[in-house]
Amino acid sequence: MENVDFSLVDWSRAQFALTAMYHWLFVPLTLGLSFIIAFMETLYVRTGNPEWKRITKFWMTLFGINFAIGVATGIILEFEFGTNWSNYSWFVGDIFGAPLAIEGIMAFFLESTFIAVMFFGWNKVSRKFHLLSTWLVAIGSNLSALWILVANGWMQYPAGMKFNPDTARNEMTNFWEVLFSPVAINKFLHTISSGYVLASVFVIGVSAWYLLKNREHELAKKSILVASVFGLWTTAFVVLTGDGSARNMAKYQPMKFAAMENLYTGQQNAPLVAIGILKADSKEAQHNKQDFRFQIEIPNMLSYMAFLDPNAYVPGIQDIVHGNAEHNIPSFQERSEKGKIAINSLANYKNAKKAGNDSLAKVSLANFEANYSNFGYGFYAGRNMHELVPSVPTSFYSFRIMVWLGVHFGVLFLVVLILTLKDKIDKKRFILYTALWSIPLAYIASELGWVVAEVGRQPWVIQDILPTIAAVSQLKSSSVQITFWLFFIIFTGLLIAEVKIMTTSIKKGSVSDNQESTNQ
Amino acid sequence: MTLSYDILQHYWWIIVSLLGAILVFLMFVQGGQTLLYTIGKTNDERTILVNLLGRKWEFTFTTLVTFGGAFFASFPLFYSTSFGGAYWVWMLILLGFILQAVSYEYRSKASNFLGKRTFESFLLLNGILAPVLIGTAVATFFTGSQFSVNLTNITNLTGTKMPVISEWTGPAHGLEAALNVQNLMLGLAVLFLSRVLALLYFMNRINHAEMMERVKKQLLLNAIPFLVFFLIFLIWTLLSSGFAVNPETGVVSMESYKYLHNLIQIPVVAVILLLGVALVLLGIIRPLTCFEKCSTKGIWGAGLGTILTVFALLLLAGFNNTAYYPSTYDLQSSLTLKNSSSSQYTLMAMSYVSLLVPFVIAYIWVAWRSIDNQKIDMKELNNESHLY
Ligand code: HDD
Ligand code: HEM
Ligand code: HEM
Repeated sequence: MENVDFSLVDWSRAQFALTAMYHWLFVPLTLGLSFIIAFMETLYVRTGNPEWKRITKFWMTLFGINFAIGVATGIILEFEFGTNWSNYSWFVGDIFGAPLAIEGIMAFFLESTFIAVMFFGWNKVSRKFHLLSTWLVAIGSNLSALWILVANGWMQYPAGMKFNPDTARNEMTNFWEVLFSPVAINKFLHTISSGYVLASVFVIGVSAWYLLKNREHELAKKSILVASVFGLWTTAFVVLTGDGSARNMAKYQPMKFAAMENLYTGQQNAPLVAIGILKADSKEAQHNKQDFRFQIEIPNMLSYMAFLDPNAYVPGIQDIVHGNAEHNIPSFQERSEKGKIAINSLANYKNAKKAGNDSLAKVSLANFEANYSNFGYGFYAGRNMHELVPSVPTSFYSFRIMVWLGVHFGVLFLVVLILTLKDKIDKKRFILYTALWSIPLAYIASELGWVVAEVGRQPWVIQDILPTIAAVSQLKSSSVQITFWLFFIIFTGLLIAEVKIMTTSIKKGSVSDNQESTNQ
Repeated sequence: MTLSYDILQHYWWIIVSLLGAILVFLMFVQGGQTLLYTIGKTNDERTILVNLLGRKWEFTFTTLVTFGGAFFASFPLFYSTSFGGAYWVWMLILLGFILQAVSYEYRSKASNFLGKRTFESFLLLNGILAPVLIGTAVATFFTGSQFSVNLTNITNLTGTKMPVISEWTGPAHGLEAALNVQNLMLGLAVLFLSRVLALLYFMNRINHAEMMERVKKQLLLNAIPFLVFFLIFLIWTLLSSGFAVNPETGVVSMESYKYLHNLIQIPVVAVILLLGVALVLLGIIRPLTCFEKCSTKGIWGAGLGTILTVFALLLLAGFNNTAYYPSTYDLQSSLTLKNSSSSQYTLMAMSYVSLLVPFVIAYIWVAWRSIDNQKIDMKELNNESHLY
C-alpha cells in the first residue's frame, strides 16, 4: 500500500471525528429536552396552571438556542460522506443513502415545520394544536436519530445487501433487514435514551443552580420533579440497552469487544474488570501484554455478559490477530490473503468481461464471491496486521467512564427525586452542587460512548469490508487540513457563543408572562 | 409492484430536479439576507426583515439537506464524484450555511460573543455565496467539469494511485467552475433572482409604508440584471453543443445544439420552461404596474415560475439521453442517469418513501397557514415571545 496517502486518511478521519463530536454536543439535549418540554406543556394543558406554561417557555428558550447550533453542525456531516469519503459513497451509497434521504423527508421537515409553530404559534393557534406541535417536534427529532443510527448500525454490522461486481458496489437486497438489524435497533434505543438521561441531568443541574442561588423555587422544583422521574426511567433503559450493545459487540465485532476489555488472550470464564488501571506499555506493537497496575474483577462476569453463559469463551486480541484453531478463528494473515484474492479476482473479472472472455469472468467471479467476506482485509495484505487493532486504552477507559457515570446518574436521579418529594431538596447543598457538576459529566459520558463505538471499530468504516484507507476521497492532505482547522475555529467560536448565550439566558431566569397567560 | 429500471431512473431525476427547483425558489431567504441594509434603514426595520426571513430559513436549509440526501440515495456516483471532487465549492457553500443556521437565533441575543454585526455579516456571506455557487454548480451540468471515473480503481492494491473510484483533475477542486463565464452567468442570475424573490416576499408580508417604497425601487434594479444574466446563460446553453449518450452503447459524444434539440424533442419541457419564464416575468411586472392591488401576489407567480423554470432546465440536462454531469476531461467518464444511479431495488424502495412527499407538503401548508395569518410590523413583533 505504498500508494496510500496516510496523512490524507488521518486528516479525513480527524475531520470527521471533529465534526461528529461537535454535532453530538448538541444533539442529545435536543433529543431529550424536546420530550421534557412536551411533558411540561401537557401538564399545562391538563391543569391549566399558567405556572407550567411559564416553565415550558423557559426550557423552550434554551431548547431553541441549542437547536440552532445542532442544525448548523449537522449539515456538514451529511455532505462529508461525499466530500471526504467519496469511495465510500459509491461503494455503499446504494444502501447508506436511503436512510439519509428518508431522514430528510420524514424527520427534518416534521421537526422544522412544527418548531415554527412551537415558537411562533403561542398566540395564534389553539392550545391543543400547539401541544400537538410540541409533541411532533419531539417525535421528529427522535426520528432523525432513528435513520442516522440505522445507517451507523449498518456500518457496524452490514446486513441486507449483496455485492454487485458489475457496478463494483454493494447493493441493497432487503430494506427491512437494514432497518431492523439488531445492531441498528439496539443502537437507536441506547442512543436516544442516553440523550434523555443527558437532558434530565441538564434540567436538574440548571434547576439546582437556581436553588443554590435561592431563585425560581417553583420552576426549579417542578422541573426537577419531571426530569428526575424521566431520568430514572430512562437510566434503566440506558443500562438495559447498553448491555444489549455490548452483547451485540461481542457477537459481531469481537475485536472492538476485546479492545474495550483489554483482553489479550482469550479465555473461558472470563472475568469482568470493573475498575482497572492499565500499564502504560500495553500499546506496544506486538500486543502481547495484558497487564494491569490495579484491577477489581468480577469472576466469570465477562463471559456471562457477552454470551449469557459463565463458561463461554471470549476471544482476545491475540486470538483474533493470530487466529485460534481450537476456536475456529482465522488469523488476520489468512483473512488478508483471502481478501487480496477477492480484490484481484474482482479486477480479473472486470478485465475479462471487457475482453469478452466469459469463462475467465465466471471463474474470477466465483473466486471473488468465495472470498468476499474478507474483502476489506485485502487492502492490508503485506502489512503489519497489528495495524488492524484499535487503541486499547482509549476503548478501555472510555467504556468504563461511561458506565460508571451511568450508575452515578441513576443514583443522582433517585436521590433528587426522593428529596424533592419530601420537599427537602433546597437544604441539601451538597446534592445540589453534585447535580450542577453532573451536567458536564453527562456530556462526557455521551461523547465517550461514541468514542467506544467509533474508535473501537477502526480501521473499518464498514466492518470487514471497507477500511478507511479505501474509503477516502482523492484530495490533497493539505486541503483537508485547512478545512479541519476552519471547522475547528468556526465550531469553537459558535460553541463559545452558544454557551455564553445559554448561561446568560439561565441567569436571566424565566420571564413571568402572567399578562400573556391571562389572554389565553 | 416493480417499475422498470429506466422509468425509476427518470422518476428519480424528476424528484431530484423538483427538489433542486424548490431549493432555488426558497433561496429568496438568501436574497433577503443581502438586502438587510438596503431595505432596512433603522434597527426596527432590520428587526422586521430578520424575523420575516428567520421564520423561513429552516425550510431552505432542510430542503438543501433533503436534496442532498435524495441525490445520494438515487445517484450515489454523483455524490461521490461531485462532492469529493469539487471539494472547495461545496465546502464554501456549506460554510455559509453553517454560519447562517446560528445567525438568526444568536444575532440579537444578550452576550452573543461575536456581536450583532458579525452575525449579520454571516447572513450576508451566506446570502451571496449560496446563490452564486449553487447557480455555478448547476451550470456545470451543461458545461462539464474535469474528472475521471473508473470503477476498477477500487482494486488498485499497488502502483502509484490510491484505490479511489472518482478522481478530480480540475486544478482548483471545483473553484475553477466559477472562472467559466457561462457558469458565472447562471450564478449571477440566481443571485439576482433570489433578491427579486425576496423583494416580492417582503411585499407580501410587510406592513410598513417607507420600506415598501424602497422595496418597489429595488425590484426593477434587481430584475434587470437577473433577466440579462439569465437570458445570456439560456441562449448560450441552447446554442452550444451538449453531451449526448448513445442509449444502446452508453457512449458519450458531443452533439451540436443538444439542449435545443432536447427542448424541441420533449415539448412538455418546452412548455414548462416557457410557462415558468412567463410566470416569473408576470410576477415581477404586475407589482410594478399595479402596486396597490397586485403587490402581495407577485411572489406566488414568480415563485411558481422559478420552480418551473429550474425544473425544466434540470430535465433538459438529464433527459433525452443526455449526460447530466459531463466530464470534459474524459467524455466517457460523464455521469448519466443510467451509469450513476442506485440499484433498481433501492430506487423502488425509495419510490415508496417518496409517496410521503405530498403529505409533507400538506402539513407544511397547514402549519404555515395557521401562523402566517397577518402582515408583519413592529406592533405584531412586540407581542411575540420568540424574537430574532
Ligand atoms: C449519557 C450517556 C450514556 C450513558 C450513561 C451510557 N451510555 Fe453507552 N453509549 C452512549 C451513551 C451513554 C452513546 C453516546 O449513545 C453511544 C455511542 C454509540 C451508541 O450506539 O451509543 C454509546 C455506546 C455504547 C456501547 C458501544 C456500542 C457500539 O460500539 O456499537 C456500549 C457497549 C455501551 N454504550 C454500553 C453502555 C452501558 C453498559 C452503560 C451502563 C450504564 C452505558 N453504555 C451508559
Ligand atoms: C454524532 C455522534 C458521533 C460521534 C461523536 C462519532 C465519533 C467518531 C469518532 C471519534 C471517529 C473517529 C475514529 C477514528 O478515526 O479514530 C468517527 C469516525 C467516523 N464515524 Fe462517527 N461518530 C458519530 C456518529 C456517526 C454516525 C451516525 C455515522 C454514520 C452514519 C458515523 C460515521 C463515521 C465515519 C464514516 C467515520 C470516519 C471513518 C472512520 O474513521 O472510521 N459516525 N466518528
Ligand atoms: C454522522 C452522521 C450524521 C449526519 C450526516 C447528520 C446530519 C444532520 C443534519 C444535516 C442535520 C440538520 C437537519 C436540519 O436541516 O434540520 C442534523 C440535525 C440533527 N441530527 Fe444529525 N447527523 C448525524 C449524526 C446524528 C446522530 C448520531 C443523531 C442522533 C442520535 C443525530 C440527530 C440529529 C437531530 C436530533 C438533529 C436535529 C437538530 C439538532 O441537532 O439539534 N444526528 N443532523
